[in-house]
Amino acid sequence: MGKIIAGIGTSHVPSIGVVYDQGRTQEPDWKPLFDAYEPVKDWLKEIKPDVAIVVYNDHGGDFFFDKYPTFAVGAADVYPVGDEGWGRRPLPDFPGDTDLSWHICNELVYNEFDITVCQEMAVEHGFMVPMHLCWDHDPDWPVKVVPVAVNVIQHPLPTALRCWKLGQAIRKAVESYPKDTKVVILGTGGMSHQLNGARFGYLNSEFDEDFLDKIEKDPMALTELTHQKIMEDAGAEAVELIMWLTMRGALDGAPVRQVHRNYYAPMTTGMGLIALEEAV
Amino acid sequence: MARQVDPERPIDDTKIFDAEQTRLGYRLNKFAMSLVKPENREAFLADEEAALAASDLTEEEKQLIRDRDWRAIMDEHGGNIYMIMKIGAVIGEGLYQIGAHQRGQTYEEFLATRNAAGAK
Repeated sequence: MGKIIAGIGTSHVPSIGVVYDQGRTQEPDWKPLFDAYEPVKDWLKEIKPDVAIVVYNDHGGDFFFDKYPTFAVGAADVYPVGDEGWGRRPLPDFPGDTDLSWHICNELVYNEFDITVCQEMAVEHGFMVPMHLCWDHDPDWPVKVVPVAVNVIQHPLPTALRCWKLGQAIRKAVESYPKDTKVVILGTGGMSHQLNGARFGYLNSEFDEDFLDKIEKDPMALTELTHQKIMEDAGAEAVELIMWLTMRGALDGAPVRQVHRNYYAPMTTGMGLIALEEAV
Repeated sequence: MARQVDPERPIDDTKIFDAEQTRLGYRLNKFAMSLVKPENREAFLADEEAALAASDLTEEEKQLIRDRDWRAIMDEHGGNIYMIMKIGAVIGEGLYQIGAHQRGQTYEEFLATRNAAGAK
């Protein structure tokens, strides 16, 4: 049977990808970010998930506002590295688990999550940055992936509670999958940041640390956050954080243990990391 | 149900990318999105005026791009930062240059406000 074994919350800031590609990860101002993922990489090598479900938002990599899905799930054998406007990054394409994807799509729709099914889907920094922070690719990725894209950029956005419920529905879908499959789910984006207006660069580390506490210990409190409250306290683009609740909702059903946590806010975004596993 | 976005509580110096903004900025954002194709980037770099002429942008919107007026594009014309930064990338102005302009600062002034500006 399928099983969710762990969850990771992580930022997906695009500059991390640029620095990674340029081999600058050990520069003094970047080292605290990249080094924080080393224990997570080691832990993932131990628990060996077969599949990573990655909850992210598309920033104009493959989707535009002509048709922008609220929730979209990939169902492809391979997800190519997209071109976001600055060229294709030197990363291998991502292998899909098409059977699991279609199983999840079926279960979600019959559980009243009417997602868009994507049989062709290029992935971008929201998806790729978390992948190369958590896994090496030598030369190929050691896990298959199921991309789950959420609209967190064009209001109306799904509510925080809805994102949590999506996670619960994903858990149910994975647990009803007949093939033995170990799944880790990643909730990506945030933390505090604002990229528009004269408030560009706004950060709130206190909010971010509190969010990291609560995502582990009291996630239901976070499901009550309105978009308004998140934007006021943590910046307009911090609403991405509702995607962490999908990750956490998928862990709802068993006690969790924190494996690793990190926070670093060098430039314009609070870069957070939390790794949780089911405490069986 | 709690109101997700409360028009009675505007946030200072902030645009929420909602129906009003996405309708207002549609042409600018669509033009920016077209630059995910390398051939469109090459065409823009080779002859910016021809690329603008071939678009459905209004004359005012074309002028905003000619002027690299990021602040006005974002504050007054419905720009979405994730799209608009694709225009910046083609002409060599990154997210932080665009951000500094929105704040009314030089790039150097903006960097001086950061915790660890080497992480750029």
